Amino acid sequence: MKYDSQPFELIKNEEIAQGIFDWTVKNSQLSSIAKAGQFAHIAVSGKTLRRPISICDADNDTLRFVFQVKGEGTQIMSQQKIGTYIDIIAPLGNGFKIEKGKHYCLIGGGIGVPPMLYTAKQTDNPLVITGFRNKDLVILQEDFKNAGAELVLTTDDGTAGIHGFVTDVLKEKINEVDEICACGPIPMLRAISQIAKEFNKPCQVSLEERMGCGVGACLVCACKVKQTNGEEAYLHVCKNGPVFNAEEVVF
Amino acid sequence: MADLKVKVAGVEFLNPLIAASGTFGFGREYSEFYPLSVLGGISCKGITLKKRDGNPPPRIAETPSGILNAVGLQNPGVDHFIEKDLDWLKEQNTVVIANIAGNTEEDYCKMAEKLSDSSVDMIEMNISCPNVKSGGVQFGTSCESVGGITKAVRKYCKKPLIVKLSPNVSDIAEIARSAEAEGADAISMINTLTGMRIDIETRRPIIRNNTGGLSGPAVFPVAVRMVWQAYNAVKIPIIGMGGISTWQDAVEMLIAGASALQIGTVFFSDPYAPVKICEGLEKFMDKNNIKNISELTGSIKPW
Repeated sequence: MKYDSQPFELIKNEEIAQGIFDWTVKNSQLSSIAKAGQFAHIAVSGKTLRRPISICDADNDTLRFVFQVKGEGTQIMSQQKIGTYIDIIAPLGNGFKIEKGKHYCLIGGGIGVPPMLYTAKQTDNPLVITGFRNKDLVILQEDFKNAGAELVLTTDDGTAGIHGFVTDVLKEKINEVDEICACGPIPMLRAISQIAKEFNKPCQVSLEERMGCGVGACLVCACKVKQTNGEEAYLHVCKNGPVFNAEEVVF
Repeated sequence: MADLKVKVAGVEFLNPLIAASGTFGFGREYSEFYPLSVLGGISCKGITLKKRDGNPPPRIAETPSGILNAVGLQNPGVDHFIEKDLDWLKEQNTVVIANIAGNTEEDYCKMAEKLSDSSVDMIEMNISCPNVKSGGVQFGTSCESVGGITKAVRKYCKKPLIVKLSPNVSDIAEIARSAEAEGADAISMINTLTGMRIDIETRRPIIRNNTGGLSGPAVFPVAVRMVWQAYNAVKIPIIGMGGISTWQDAVEMLIAGASALQIGTVFFSDPYAPVKICEGLEKFMDKNNIKNISELTGSIKPW
Protein backbone atom coordinates (compact mmCIF):
# COMPACT_ATOMS: atom_id res chain seq x y z
CA MET A 1 0.00 0.00 0.00
CA LYS A 2 1.40 3.35 -1.08
CA TYR A 3 -1.14 5.72 0.48
CA ASP A 4 -2.41 5.80 4.03
CA SER A 5 -4.70 8.02 6.04
CA GLN A 6 -3.98 8.04 9.76
CA PRO A 7 -4.71 10.14 12.83
CA PHE A 8 -1.93 12.56 13.74
CA GLU A 9 -1.93 14.16 17.20
CA LEU A 10 -1.72 17.95 17.10
CA ILE A 11 1.07 18.87 19.52
CA LYS A 12 1.63 22.52 18.57
CA ASN A 13 -0.58 25.22 17.06
CA GLU A 14 0.76 28.76 17.16
CA GLU A 15 0.10 31.96 15.19
CA ILE A 16 3.60 32.96 14.03
CA ALA A 17 2.58 35.95 11.88
CA GLN A 18 -0.64 37.71 10.93
CA GLY A 19 -3.05 34.88 9.98
CA ILE A 20 -0.23 32.36 9.59
CA PHE A 21 -0.28 29.28 11.79
CA ASP A 22 2.41 26.78 12.70
CA TRP A 23 1.28 23.20 13.34
CA THR A 24 3.28 20.25 14.55
CA VAL A 25 1.54 16.87 14.37
CA LYS A 26 2.79 13.53 15.61
CA ASN A 27 2.69 10.15 13.88
CA SER A 28 5.82 8.04 13.83
CA GLN A 29 4.72 5.75 11.00
CA LEU A 30 4.06 8.30 8.25
CA SER A 31 6.23 11.26 9.31
CA SER A 32 9.42 9.32 8.75
CA ILE A 33 8.80 8.78 5.04
CA ALA A 34 8.07 12.40 4.05
CA LYS A 35 10.29 14.05 1.44
CA ALA A 36 10.96 17.74 0.82
CA GLY A 37 8.28 19.30 -1.39
CA GLN A 38 5.61 16.68 -0.71
CA PHE A 39 2.26 17.62 0.79
CA ALA A 40 -0.37 16.32 3.18
CA HIS A 41 -4.13 16.18 2.58
CA ILE A 42 -5.74 17.29 5.81
CA ALA A 43 -9.36 16.54 6.75
CA VAL A 44 -11.27 19.52 8.13
CA SER A 45 -14.27 18.76 10.29
CA GLY A 46 -17.52 19.80 8.58
CA LYS A 47 -15.90 20.27 5.15
CA THR A 48 -16.29 17.98 2.12
CA LEU A 49 -12.79 18.60 0.82
CA ARG A 50 -9.49 18.08 2.55
CA ARG A 51 -6.90 20.89 2.51
CA PRO A 52 -3.62 20.20 0.73
CA ILE A 53 -0.81 21.72 2.82
CA SER A 54 2.88 21.47 1.96
CA ILE A 55 5.21 19.79 4.43
CA CYS A 56 7.32 22.49 6.10
CA ASP A 57 9.49 20.15 8.12
CA ALA A 58 9.64 16.52 9.18
CA ASP A 59 11.51 14.21 11.47
CA ASN A 60 10.96 10.63 12.57
CA ASP A 61 7.93 11.41 14.70
CA THR A 62 6.47 14.70 13.54
CA LEU A 63 5.38 16.75 10.57
CA ARG A 64 5.27 20.53 10.62
CA PHE A 65 2.84 22.58 8.55
CA VAL A 66 2.81 26.35 8.25
CA PHE A 67 -0.39 27.59 6.62
CA GLN A 68 -2.23 30.83 6.04
CA VAL A 69 -5.88 31.30 6.91
CA LYS A 70 -7.51 31.98 3.55
CA GLY A 71 -11.06 30.67 3.95
CA GLU A 72 -13.38 28.70 6.21
CA GLY A 73 -11.36 25.48 6.04
CA THR A 74 -8.04 26.97 7.12
CA GLN A 75 -9.94 29.07 9.71
CA ILE A 76 -11.26 25.85 11.28
CA MET A 77 -7.76 24.36 11.14
CA SER A 78 -6.31 27.38 12.94
CA GLN A 79 -8.74 26.85 15.84
CA GLN A 80 -7.85 23.21 16.53
CA LYS A 81 -6.79 22.47 20.09
CA ILE A 82 -3.58 20.74 21.13
CA GLY A 83 -4.23 17.03 21.67
CA THR A 84 -6.81 16.80 18.88
CA TYR A 85 -6.28 13.95 16.44
CA ILE A 86 -6.22 15.17 12.84
CA ASP A 87 -7.05 12.83 9.93
CA ILE A 88 -4.19 13.25 7.46
CA ILE A 89 -3.21 11.48 4.25
CA ALA A 90 0.54 11.93 3.87
CA PRO A 91 3.03 12.18 2.37
CA LEU A 92 1.63 12.79 -1.13
CA GLY A 93 2.98 13.85 -4.51
CA ASN A 94 6.49 14.17 -5.88
CA GLY A 95 8.85 16.43 -3.99
CA PHE A 96 12.00 18.27 -5.08
CA LYS A 97 14.71 16.09 -6.59
CA ILE A 98 17.82 16.90 -4.60
CA GLU A 99 21.26 15.75 -5.70
CA LYS A 100 24.24 15.56 -3.37
CA GLY A 101 27.07 17.99 -4.04
CA LYS A 102 25.02 20.58 -5.91
CA HIS A 103 24.74 24.15 -4.66
CA TYR A 104 21.05 25.01 -4.59
CA CYS A 105 19.18 28.27 -4.61
CA LEU A 106 15.85 27.77 -2.81
CA ILE A 107 13.25 30.49 -3.30
CA GLY A 108 9.98 30.92 -1.44
CA GLY A 109 7.39 33.63 -1.91
CA GLY A 110 4.82 34.29 0.83
CA ILE A 111 3.11 31.10 1.93
CA GLY A 112 5.34 29.32 -0.61
CA VAL A 113 8.23 29.74 1.86
CA PRO A 114 7.39 26.86 4.29
CA PRO A 115 8.17 23.88 1.98
CA MET A 116 11.61 25.34 1.33
CA LEU A 117 12.61 24.76 4.97
CA TYR A 118 12.62 20.97 4.78
CA THR A 119 14.22 21.31 1.34
CA ALA A 120 16.96 23.48 2.88
CA LYS A 121 17.65 20.75 5.42
CA GLN A 122 18.20 18.24 2.61
CA THR A 123 20.75 20.42 0.80
CA ASP A 124 24.29 21.56 1.70
CA ASN A 125 24.59 25.26 2.60
CA PRO A 126 21.86 26.40 0.22
CA LEU A 127 21.22 29.98 -0.77
CA VAL A 128 17.67 30.67 0.43
CA ILE A 129 15.78 33.71 -0.84
CA THR A 130 12.50 34.46 0.92
CA GLY A 131 10.07 37.12 -0.21
CA PHE A 132 7.04 38.59 1.56
CA ARG A 133 4.61 41.44 0.93
CA ASN A 134 5.57 43.24 4.17
CA LYS A 135 7.23 42.78 7.59
CA ASP A 136 4.05 41.46 9.24
CA LEU A 137 4.08 38.37 7.03
CA VAL A 138 7.74 37.42 7.49
CA ILE A 139 8.14 33.83 8.76
CA LEU A 140 10.73 31.11 9.44
CA GLN A 141 13.88 33.28 9.27
CA GLU A 142 15.47 31.73 12.39
CA ASP A 143 14.62 28.24 11.16
CA PHE A 144 16.47 28.78 7.88
CA LYS A 145 19.51 30.18 9.69
CA ASN A 146 19.54 27.17 12.02
CA ALA A 147 19.40 24.93 8.95
CA GLY A 148 22.71 26.40 7.81
CA ALA A 149 21.33 28.39 4.91
CA GLU A 150 22.73 31.61 3.47
CA LEU A 151 19.51 33.57 3.94
CA VAL A 152 18.19 36.60 2.08
CA LEU A 153 14.98 38.40 3.06
CA THR A 154 13.05 40.64 0.71
CA THR A 155 9.78 42.52 1.10
CA ASP A 156 7.72 44.16 -1.62
CA ASP A 157 7.39 47.39 0.42
CA GLY A 158 10.83 47.42 2.03
CA THR A 159 9.52 47.16 5.61
CA ALA A 160 11.93 44.28 6.28
CA GLY A 161 15.08 43.10 4.54
CA ILE A 162 15.81 44.17 0.99
CA HIS A 163 13.20 46.37 -0.70
CA GLY A 164 12.41 44.36 -3.83
CA PHE A 165 11.53 41.00 -5.28
CA VAL A 166 13.20 37.60 -4.88
CA THR A 167 14.01 37.75 -8.59
CA ASP A 168 16.20 40.86 -8.08
CA VAL A 169 18.37 38.84 -5.69
CA LEU A 170 18.31 35.77 -7.92
CA LYS A 171 19.67 37.72 -10.89
CA GLU A 172 22.63 38.93 -8.80
CA LYS A 173 23.48 35.54 -7.35
CA ILE A 174 22.49 33.06 -10.01
CA ASN A 175 26.07 32.41 -11.13
CA GLU A 176 26.91 31.13 -7.62
CA VAL A 177 24.40 28.26 -7.76
CA ASP A 178 23.88 25.05 -9.77
CA GLU A 179 20.11 24.66 -9.55
CA ILE A 180 16.97 26.50 -8.43
CA CYS A 181 13.94 25.21 -6.49
CA ALA A 182 11.00 27.55 -5.99
CA CYS A 183 7.51 27.74 -4.51
CA GLY A 184 5.18 30.72 -4.49
CA PRO A 185 2.69 32.68 -6.56
CA ILE A 186 2.50 31.96 -10.30
CA PRO A 187 3.88 35.37 -11.48
CA MET A 188 6.93 34.80 -9.27
CA LEU A 189 7.45 31.26 -10.57
CA ARG A 190 7.05 32.44 -14.15
CA ALA A 191 9.70 35.14 -13.64
CA ILE A 192 12.10 32.72 -11.91
CA SER A 193 11.68 30.16 -14.72
CA GLN A 194 12.49 32.84 -17.27
CA ILE A 195 15.68 33.86 -15.44
CA ALA A 196 16.72 30.20 -14.99
CA LYS A 197 16.28 29.66 -18.72
CA GLU A 198 18.32 32.76 -19.61
CA PHE A 199 21.19 31.62 -17.41
CA ASN A 200 20.78 27.98 -18.41
CA LYS A 201 20.22 26.70 -14.86
CA PRO A 202 17.91 23.78 -14.08
CA CYS A 203 14.85 24.87 -12.14
CA GLN A 204 12.11 23.00 -10.25
CA VAL A 205 8.85 24.70 -9.29
CA SER A 206 6.13 23.63 -6.88
CA LEU A 207 2.62 24.40 -8.18
CA GLU A 208 -0.74 24.86 -6.52
CA GLU A 209 -4.27 24.26 -7.84
CA ARG A 210 -7.72 23.67 -6.33
CA MET A 211 -7.62 19.99 -5.43
CA GLY A 212 -10.08 17.14 -4.92
CA CYS A 213 -8.96 13.61 -4.10
CA GLY A 214 -5.25 14.43 -3.68
CA VAL A 215 -4.08 11.15 -5.22
CA GLY A 216 -4.68 11.53 -8.97
CA ALA A 217 -8.09 9.93 -9.41
CA CYS A 218 -10.49 12.86 -9.83
CA LEU A 219 -8.36 14.93 -12.24
CA VAL A 220 -9.50 18.35 -10.99
CA CYS A 221 -6.11 19.93 -10.10
CA ALA A 222 -5.04 20.26 -13.72
CA CYS A 223 -1.94 22.13 -14.83
CA LYS A 224 -0.78 22.56 -18.40
CA VAL A 225 2.52 20.91 -19.19
CA LYS A 226 4.54 20.59 -22.40
CA GLN A 227 5.38 16.93 -22.88
CA THR A 228 8.57 15.49 -24.37
CA ASN A 229 6.77 15.01 -27.70
CA GLY A 230 6.09 18.76 -27.78
CA GLU A 231 2.34 18.43 -27.19
CA GLU A 232 0.64 20.30 -24.39
CA ALA A 233 -1.45 18.28 -21.96
CA TYR A 234 -3.14 18.67 -18.60
CA LEU A 235 -1.25 16.84 -15.88
CA HIS A 236 -2.28 16.93 -12.24
CA VAL A 237 -0.65 18.79 -9.38
CA CYS A 238 -1.44 16.11 -6.78
CA LYS A 239 -0.02 13.08 -8.56
CA ASN A 240 2.36 14.34 -11.27
CA GLY A 241 3.50 17.24 -9.05
CA PRO A 242 3.32 19.37 -7.04
CA VAL A 243 6.94 19.78 -8.14
CA PHE A 244 7.53 20.07 -11.87
CA ASN A 245 10.52 20.82 -14.03
CA ALA A 246 10.03 24.54 -14.79
CA GLU A 247 10.77 24.01 -18.49
CA GLU A 248 7.72 21.74 -18.81
CA VAL A 249 5.22 24.11 -17.23
CA VAL A 250 3.06 26.23 -19.51
CA PHE A 251 2.61 29.30 -17.30
CA MET B 1 -24.61 -13.66 8.69
CA ALA B 2 -25.52 -10.60 6.66
CA ASP B 3 -25.35 -11.14 2.90
CA LEU B 4 -24.35 -7.97 1.07
CA LYS B 5 -24.44 -9.52 -2.41
CA VAL B 6 -26.73 -7.91 -4.95
CA LYS B 7 -27.62 -8.71 -8.54
CA VAL B 8 -28.22 -5.98 -11.11
CA ALA B 9 -29.21 -6.90 -14.68
CA GLY B 10 -27.87 -10.42 -14.18
CA VAL B 11 -24.50 -9.26 -12.86
CA GLU B 12 -23.56 -10.23 -9.31
CA PHE B 13 -21.85 -7.71 -7.03
CA LEU B 14 -20.11 -8.77 -3.77
CA ASN B 15 -21.68 -5.74 -2.10
CA PRO B 16 -23.94 -2.91 -3.29
CA LEU B 17 -21.26 -0.21 -3.31
CA ILE B 18 -19.91 0.90 -6.68
CA ALA B 19 -17.36 3.68 -7.15
CA ALA B 20 -19.05 6.46 -9.14
CA SER B 21 -17.57 7.43 -12.46
CA GLY B 22 -15.17 10.36 -12.42
CA THR B 23 -14.26 10.11 -8.74
CA PHE B 24 -12.15 6.98 -8.90
CA GLY B 25 -10.15 7.16 -12.14
CA PHE B 26 -9.50 3.65 -13.40
CA GLY B 27 -8.98 2.39 -9.86
CA ARG B 28 -5.19 2.36 -9.65
CA GLU B 29 -4.85 5.24 -7.18
CA TYR B 30 -7.31 3.82 -4.65
CA SER B 31 -5.78 0.35 -4.99
CA GLU B 32 -2.89 1.94 -3.08
CA PHE B 33 -5.25 2.32 -0.09
CA TYR B 34 -6.99 -1.09 -0.12
CA PRO B 35 -7.79 -4.03 -2.39
CA LEU B 36 -10.46 -2.87 -4.83
CA SER B 37 -12.54 -5.93 -3.95
CA VAL B 38 -13.85 -3.93 -0.97
CA LEU B 39 -16.11 -2.39 -3.61
CA GLY B 40 -18.88 -4.33 -5.34
CA GLY B 41 -17.98 -2.58 -8.57
CA ILE B 42 -16.16 0.30 -10.19
CA SER B 43 -17.67 2.61 -12.75
CA CYS B 44 -14.59 3.90 -14.54
CA LYS B 45 -13.81 7.50 -15.44
CA GLY B 46 -16.07 8.53 -18.35
CA ILE B 47 -14.44 7.60 -21.63
CA THR B 48 -14.94 9.09 -25.07
CA LEU B 49 -14.20 7.76 -28.56
CA LYS B 50 -11.07 9.90 -28.87
CA LYS B 51 -8.92 11.18 -26.00
CA ARG B 52 -10.02 14.46 -24.44
CA ASP B 53 -7.91 17.06 -22.62
CA GLY B 54 -10.71 18.34 -20.39
CA ASN B 55 -11.45 21.89 -19.26
CA PRO B 56 -8.91 24.48 -18.09
CA PRO B 57 -8.56 24.83 -14.29
CA PRO B 58 -9.95 25.62 -11.78
CA ARG B 59 -12.16 22.56 -12.14
CA ILE B 60 -13.48 22.36 -8.58
CA ALA B 61 -15.10 24.58 -5.97
CA GLU B 62 -16.28 23.70 -2.51
CA THR B 63 -19.91 24.41 -1.56
CA PRO B 64 -21.85 23.95 1.68
CA SER B 65 -21.85 20.15 2.15
CA GLY B 66 -20.63 19.48 -1.35
CA ILE B 67 -18.52 20.38 -4.34
CA LEU B 68 -18.94 21.70 -7.86
CA ASN B 69 -16.78 20.16 -10.54
CA ALA B 70 -16.22 20.69 -14.23
CA VAL B 71 -13.44 18.35 -15.33
CA GLY B 72 -14.82 18.12 -18.85
CA LEU B 73 -14.27 14.40 -19.41
CA GLN B 74 -10.47 14.37 -19.51
CA ASN B 75 -9.68 10.78 -20.54
CA PRO B 76 -7.32 8.80 -22.77
CA GLY B 77 -10.04 7.44 -25.10
CA VAL B 78 -11.81 4.10 -25.39
CA ASP B 79 -9.01 2.23 -27.17
CA HIS B 80 -6.44 3.23 -24.56
CA PHE B 81 -8.86 2.10 -21.81
CA ILE B 82 -9.32 -1.31 -23.42
CA GLU B 83 -5.61 -1.78 -24.09
CA LYS B 84 -4.05 -0.34 -20.93
CA ASP B 85 -6.53 -0.37 -18.07
CA LEU B 86 -9.12 -3.08 -18.56
CA ASP B 87 -7.02 -6.23 -18.07
CA TRP B 88 -5.62 -4.88 -14.82
CA LEU B 89 -9.09 -3.87 -13.58
CA LYS B 90 -10.49 -7.30 -14.39
CA GLU B 91 -7.94 -8.86 -12.03
CA GLN B 92 -9.23 -6.86 -9.04
CA ASN B 93 -12.21 -9.09 -8.17
CA THR B 94 -14.80 -6.37 -8.58
CA VAL B 95 -17.41 -5.66 -11.27
CA VAL B 96 -15.99 -3.42 -14.00
CA ILE B 97 -18.37 -0.91 -15.55
CA ALA B 98 -17.26 1.18 -18.53
CA ASN B 99 -18.82 4.66 -18.46
CA ILE B 100 -19.16 6.11 -21.96
CA ALA B 101 -19.85 9.68 -23.10
CA GLY B 102 -20.11 10.95 -26.65
CA ASN B 103 -20.55 14.06 -28.77
CA THR B 104 -22.88 12.25 -31.16
CA GLU B 105 -25.13 9.21 -31.21
CA GLU B 106 -22.61 7.57 -33.50
CA ASP B 107 -19.85 8.02 -30.87
CA TYR B 108 -21.93 6.18 -28.28
CA CYS B 109 -22.73 3.35 -30.72
CA LYS B 110 -19.09 2.91 -31.76
CA MET B 111 -17.93 2.75 -28.16
CA ALA B 112 -20.70 0.31 -27.22
CA GLU B 113 -19.64 -1.90 -30.10
CA LYS B 114 -15.95 -1.85 -29.15
CA LEU B 115 -16.67 -2.49 -25.47
CA SER B 116 -19.09 -5.30 -26.29
CA ASP B 117 -16.11 -7.23 -27.64
CA SER B 118 -14.05 -6.49 -24.50
CA SER B 119 -14.10 -8.02 -21.02
CA VAL B 120 -16.03 -5.20 -19.30
CA ASP B 121 -18.95 -6.50 -17.24
CA MET B 122 -21.39 -3.68 -17.94
CA ILE B 123 -21.68 -0.43 -19.88
CA GLU B 124 -22.99 2.74 -18.28
CA MET B 125 -24.16 5.28 -20.84
CA ASN B 126 -23.53 8.78 -19.51
CA ILE B 127 -26.10 11.08 -21.09
CA SER B 128 -25.97 13.47 -18.19
CA CYS B 129 -22.54 15.12 -18.04
CA PRO B 130 -23.21 18.84 -17.52
CA ASN B 131 -19.64 19.95 -18.22
CA VAL B 132 -19.02 19.45 -21.93
CA LYS B 133 -20.15 21.69 -24.75
CA SER B 134 -21.72 19.13 -27.03
CA GLY B 135 -23.17 15.73 -26.23
CA GLY B 136 -23.43 14.85 -22.59
CA VAL B 137 -26.52 16.19 -20.97
CA GLN B 138 -28.19 17.28 -24.22
CA PHE B 139 -29.06 13.61 -24.78
CA GLY B 140 -30.45 13.27 -21.30
CA THR B 141 -33.03 15.97 -20.81
CA SER B 142 -35.99 14.98 -22.99
CA CYS B 143 -37.87 11.69 -23.22
CA GLU B 144 -37.41 11.63 -27.02
CA SER B 145 -33.64 12.02 -26.87
CA VAL B 146 -33.21 9.55 -23.98
CA GLY B 147 -35.38 6.99 -25.76
CA GLY B 148 -33.69 7.65 -29.10
CA ILE B 149 -30.12 7.21 -27.91
CA THR B 150 -30.97 4.21 -25.73
CA LYS B 151 -32.58 2.51 -28.72
CA ALA B 152 -29.61 3.27 -30.96
CA VAL B 153 -26.95 2.12 -28.50
CA ARG B 154 -28.95 -0.95 -27.52
CA LYS B 155 -28.43 -2.33 -31.07
CA TYR B 156 -24.64 -2.28 -30.62
CA CYS B 157 -24.43 -3.06 -26.91
CA LYS B 158 -24.12 -6.75 -26.08
CA LYS B 159 -23.35 -6.07 -22.41
CA PRO B 160 -25.89 -5.16 -19.74
CA LEU B 161 -26.68 -1.49 -20.44
CA ILE B 162 -27.07 1.04 -17.64
CA VAL B 163 -28.39 4.49 -18.60
CA LYS B 164 -27.14 7.23 -16.26
CA LEU B 165 -29.79 9.91 -15.83
CA SER B 166 -29.55 13.62 -15.23
CA PRO B 167 -31.47 15.28 -12.39
CA ASN B 168 -31.70 18.47 -14.46
CA VAL B 169 -35.12 17.49 -15.86
CA SER B 170 -38.72 18.31 -15.05
CA ASP B 171 -40.11 14.76 -14.84
CA ILE B 172 -37.60 12.07 -13.86
CA ALA B 173 -40.25 9.29 -13.94
CA GLU B 174 -40.99 9.90 -17.62
CA ILE B 175 -37.28 9.96 -18.47
CA ALA B 176 -36.74 6.68 -16.61
CA ARG B 177 -39.67 5.09 -18.49
CA SER B 178 -38.19 6.19 -21.83
CA ALA B 179 -34.89 4.48 -21.04
CA GLU B 180 -36.67 1.32 -19.91
CA ALA B 181 -38.96 1.25 -22.96
CA GLU B 182 -36.01 1.37 -25.38
CA GLY B 183 -34.05 -1.44 -23.77
CA ALA B 184 -32.01 -0.18 -20.81
CA ASP B 185 -31.22 -3.05 -18.42
CA ALA B 186 -30.80 -0.67 -15.48
CA ILE B 187 -30.67 3.02 -14.73
CA SER B 188 -28.21 4.87 -12.53
CA MET B 189 -29.10 8.18 -10.97
CA ILE B 190 -28.51 10.96 -10.22
CA ASN B 191 -25.67 12.63 -12.06
CA THR B 192 -24.71 16.07 -10.72
CA LEU B 193 -27.02 19.08 -10.51
CA THR B 194 -25.80 22.06 -12.51
CA GLY B 195 -24.57 24.79 -10.18
CA MET B 196 -22.36 27.86 -9.91
CA ARG B 197 -20.18 29.77 -7.42
CA ILE B 198 -18.86 33.30 -7.94
CA ASP B 199 -15.87 34.97 -6.26
CA ILE B 200 -17.38 38.19 -4.87
CA GLU B 201 -14.06 40.08 -5.07
CA THR B 202 -13.21 39.31 -8.70
CA ARG B 203 -16.84 38.67 -9.78
CA ARG B 204 -15.51 35.69 -11.69
CA PRO B 205 -17.05 32.23 -11.42
CA ILE B 206 -14.71 30.07 -9.32
CA ILE B 207 -14.84 27.32 -11.92
CA ARG B 208 -13.27 28.19 -15.26
CA ASN B 209 -16.18 26.50 -17.07
CA ASN B 210 -18.44 29.03 -15.25
CA THR B 211 -20.88 26.29 -14.23
CA GLY B 212 -20.21 22.87 -12.79
CA GLY B 213 -21.92 19.77 -11.42
CA LEU B 214 -22.97 19.80 -7.77
CA SER B 215 -22.39 16.62 -5.77
CA GLY B 216 -21.92 15.53 -2.17
CA PRO B 217 -24.26 15.46 0.85
CA ALA B 218 -25.98 18.65 -0.40
CA VAL B 219 -27.71 16.70 -3.19
CA PHE B 220 -28.60 13.58 -1.18
CA PRO B 221 -32.27 14.46 -0.45
CA VAL B 222 -32.82 15.30 -4.13
CA ALA B 223 -31.31 11.96 -5.12
CA VAL B 224 -33.47 10.02 -2.65
CA ARG B 225 -36.60 11.71 -3.96
CA MET B 226 -35.73 11.04 -7.60
CA VAL B 227 -34.76 7.41 -6.99
CA TRP B 228 -38.10 6.89 -5.24
CA GLN B 229 -40.00 8.51 -8.14
CA ALA B 230 -38.14 6.39 -10.69
CA TYR B 231 -38.67 3.24 -8.60
CA ASN B 232 -42.41 3.84 -8.82
CA ALA B 233 -42.17 4.29 -12.59
CA VAL B 234 -39.99 1.41 -13.85
CA LYS B 235 -39.36 -2.28 -13.24
CA ILE B 236 -35.65 -2.33 -14.20
CA PRO B 237 -33.18 -2.00 -11.30
CA ILE B 238 -31.95 1.40 -10.17
CA ILE B 239 -28.40 2.15 -9.08
CA GLY B 240 -28.86 5.02 -6.63
CA MET B 241 -26.29 7.74 -6.10
CA GLY B 242 -25.97 11.36 -5.07
CA GLY B 243 -24.23 12.36 -1.86
CA ILE B 244 -24.15 8.98 -0.09
CA SER B 245 -21.55 9.39 2.67
CA THR B 246 -22.54 7.06 5.52
CA TRP B 247 -24.07 3.61 5.98
CA GLN B 248 -27.27 5.32 7.09
CA ASP B 249 -27.42 7.16 3.74
CA ALA B 250 -26.85 3.83 1.98
CA VAL B 251 -29.75 2.18 3.83
CA GLU B 252 -31.98 5.17 3.07
CA MET B 253 -31.20 5.05 -0.65
CA LEU B 254 -31.90 1.31 -0.79
CA ILE B 255 -35.22 1.78 1.01
CA ALA B 256 -36.13 4.50 -1.51
CA GLY B 257 -35.81 1.93 -4.29
CA ALA B 258 -32.15 1.43 -5.22
CA SER B 259 -30.86 -2.10 -5.94
CA ALA B 260 -27.22 -1.00 -5.78
CA LEU B 261 -25.43 2.22 -4.91
CA GLN B 262 -22.69 4.44 -6.24
CA ILE B 263 -20.52 6.59 -4.01
CA GLY B 264 -18.21 9.32 -5.27
CA THR B 265 -17.60 12.64 -3.57
CA VAL B 266 -17.18 10.90 -0.20
CA PHE B 267 -13.88 9.43 -1.44
CA PHE B 268 -12.43 12.95 -1.30
CA SER B 269 -13.37 13.35 2.37
CA ASP B 270 -12.54 9.77 3.33
CA PRO B 271 -10.94 7.28 0.95
CA TYR B 272 -11.92 4.48 3.33
CA ALA B 273 -15.67 5.27 3.12
CA PRO B 274 -16.64 2.02 1.31
CA VAL B 275 -15.05 -0.10 4.04
CA LYS B 276 -16.86 1.85 6.77
CA ILE B 277 -20.21 1.85 4.93
CA CYS B 278 -20.09 -1.95 4.42
CA GLU B 279 -19.30 -2.50 8.10
CA GLY B 280 -22.25 -0.30 9.06
CA LEU B 281 -24.57 -2.09 6.65
CA GLU B 282 -23.65 -5.50 8.10
CA LYS B 283 -24.30 -4.35 11.66
CA PHE B 284 -27.63 -2.78 10.67
CA MET B 285 -28.70 -5.96 8.91
CA ASP B 286 -27.72 -8.21 11.84
CA LYS B 287 -29.54 -5.96 14.28
CA ASN B 288 -32.69 -5.90 12.16
CA ASN B 289 -32.52 -9.55 11.17
CA ILE B 290 -32.12 -8.78 7.47
CA LYS B 291 -30.49 -11.71 5.68
CA ASN B 292 -29.96 -10.22 2.24
CA ILE B 293 -29.42 -6.53 1.61
CA SER B 294 -31.80 -6.68 -1.35
CA GLU B 295 -34.69 -7.02 1.10
CA LEU B 296 -34.28 -3.30 1.73
CA THR B 297 -34.78 -2.25 -1.89
CA GLY B 298 -38.01 -0.30 -2.24
CA SER B 299 -39.12 -1.21 1.28
CA ILE B 300 -40.28 2.36 1.87
CA LYS B 301 -43.66 2.80 3.55
CA PRO B 302 -44.78 6.08 2.00
CA TRP B 303 -47.47 8.18 3.65
